[in-house]
Amino acid sequence: MRCGDFKENYIKDEEIFQSYFVKFWLILFFVFLIIFPFIANHYMLYVANMIGFAIIGAVGLNLLTGFTGQISLGHAAFVGVGAYTSAILITRLGFSFWLSLPFAGLVAALAGMIIGIPSLRVKGLYLCIATLAAQFIFEFIFVHWESMTKGITGIHIPSPSIASLEFSTEKEFYWITLFFVVLGVGYARNLIRSRMGRAFVAIRDRDLAAEIIGINLFRYKLSAFAISSFYAGIAGALWVSFLKVVTPDHFPLFLSIQYLAMIIVGGLGSILGSIFGAIFMTLIPELLNYLSEIVKIYAPGYEEIFVPMKEVIFGLLIILFLIFEPLGLAEIWNRIKSFFKLWPFSY
Amino acid sequence: MDILLQVIVTGIATGGVYGLIALGFVLIYKATSVLNFAMGEFMTLGAFLCFTALMQLRAPFYIAFILTIFLAFVLGFVIERLMLRPLIGEPIISVIMVTIGLGVILKGLMYMIWTPSYRTFPKIFPPEPLNLGFAVVPSGLYWGFIFAIIGTIIFLLIFKFSRTGVAMRATANDQQAALSMGISVKVVFALSWSFGAMASVIGGIIIGNISGISVYMGDVGLKVFAVIILGGLDSIGGAILAGFIIGILENLTGLYIDPLIGGGAKLVAPFFILVIILMIRPYGLFGKEIIERV
Repeated sequence: MRCGDFKENYIKDEEIFQSYFVKFWLILFFVFLIIFPFIANHYMLYVANMIGFAIIGAVGLNLLTGFTGQISLGHAAFVGVGAYTSAILITRLGFSFWLSLPFAGLVAALAGMIIGIPSLRVKGLYLCIATLAAQFIFEFIFVHWESMTKGITGIHIPSPSIASLEFSTEKEFYWITLFFVVLGVGYARNLIRSRMGRAFVAIRDRDLAAEIIGINLFRYKLSAFAISSFYAGIAGALWVSFLKVVTPDHFPLFLSIQYLAMIIVGGLGSILGSIFGAIFMTLIPELLNYLSEIVKIYAPGYEEIFVPMKEVIFGLLIILFLIFEPLGLAEIWNRIKSFFKLWPFSY
Repeated sequence: MDILLQVIVTGIATGGVYGLIALGFVLIYKATSVLNFAMGEFMTLGAFLCFTALMQLRAPFYIAFILTIFLAFVLGFVIERLMLRPLIGEPIISVIMVTIGLGVILKGLMYMIWTPSYRTFPKIFPPEPLNLGFAVVPSGLYWGFIFAIIGTIIFLLIFKFSRTGVAMRATANDQQAALSMGISVKVVFALSWSFGAMASVIGGIIIGNISGISVYMGDVGLKVFAVIILGGLDSIGGAILAGFIIGILENLTGLYIDPLIGGGAKLVAPFFILVIILMIRPYGLFGKEIIERV
């Protein structure tokens, strides 16, 4: 706590931007985000877009897993539902990209609520297995419902546009991504300090106690699933519009694990943590790609080893963070911040 | 030849193997309340180790088999010590995620060591299929079934009669009482992991024998979730019975549903069954029903 920073009422305590310093740095950061596309090259913008989609998905999953305490191994399936809804609406029914987005979110939310139904009877381990089953069932549907999803050949999607302005390159798409990331993060940050957010946290901490103090478990658990899947659906719709193609290979179980890894490494139950986690876990594969390029030059033949390396490193990160830093990168960030705040009298 | 009978016999043979792998899950769950999501990778690892011992070291099958089981024993022990023990008392999501992370690591490492290419197991069983008169069982399935049943019976006998087995059951029943009786709960935890790993490794060798081995073989381990949920997470008998039920149901959907939707139903059927069981009877056929009271 900073010296002289006294809070006199709860409203002040719950404020998102607690001091002028925070506002100042945040504005500076936004300025950076806005000039970023003008200084970055294609590759950096590509990675920035990927980070954006990952942030939206990870924030969604964190609302469900980190705040409400319902483990989901099927997040990739909901990303896929959103992606396919958007792709099918655009190509079959001639919807514009913008109109297809809310539908992608809503259909994913509906799918999430259906999968969330077992959560009313089962929890913990059992719920984890139920969502795992959902992941496989949806994967199966993506591959085998060929009249709709065109199976493994996938669907090609035109780039989104407003009037004559087309968002086809990384740079143009960056603005769409940035807009939705800001919107999504802002909404989530506000949600968790509302009545609903507090209900989520109460359910996570002890569902029985939550029910006794009058929280409707049915309503709030399903809401958590719906909101989380809505985020996933939006992330999926944006992602495939960016890639311009959607195939079932985009949504394997490993993607679900990747999302879980993001929120664990970033910090469960922290919006900031989801952002850190999404950035971190998106950059690692890119770093590995870069390393494999170097290895290809100096020691050709050994670059093959980097393909599975991604999985090994993801698994290691999950385990190491869980054992040594369960609160994730967000906690490390807090520690660094308080070090500077309290320096030089850190006692 | 009646195709229905044939399919049911195949289902029973597959179910025996499922039962054995399910036993691996249940052994670990009963003692430590941890569900091991890396079980499929344990299986694959077992199949690969046995394969390597057979092909590279040119060992006879029984030596390769014993070697693999011994390595599985060590692996289970090490994993329990390094990854699970620091997490005792942590929330369930941490424990689940650690086993998932472990599975991902093992998969990546196996991909690095053995490459993703598909291999067929050397023939270790006599190739003649078993003719029952009304149905024919392929040799791999038939011998696999026998191995699985022998493995299951041995595990059951250990669990029932040996000192270790009694200690494991006591721990599963009541940890504090077990501690006060002088049972080292730590050792029991480690042993359960070792036994679980051994059961799944035997399952892996059998399945590798039937359908060949590749890094992606571990997905069968995920199917077995349907088996343990149906049987009840903490019931050994339930796991074995449910193994047969799921095996038969899976093959029946392969027969009847596949033509309707164009293939692949067999792969996803266990998961559909799983969701239905979870909605109707989450604690399974013989599992302990947990009633929470405030």
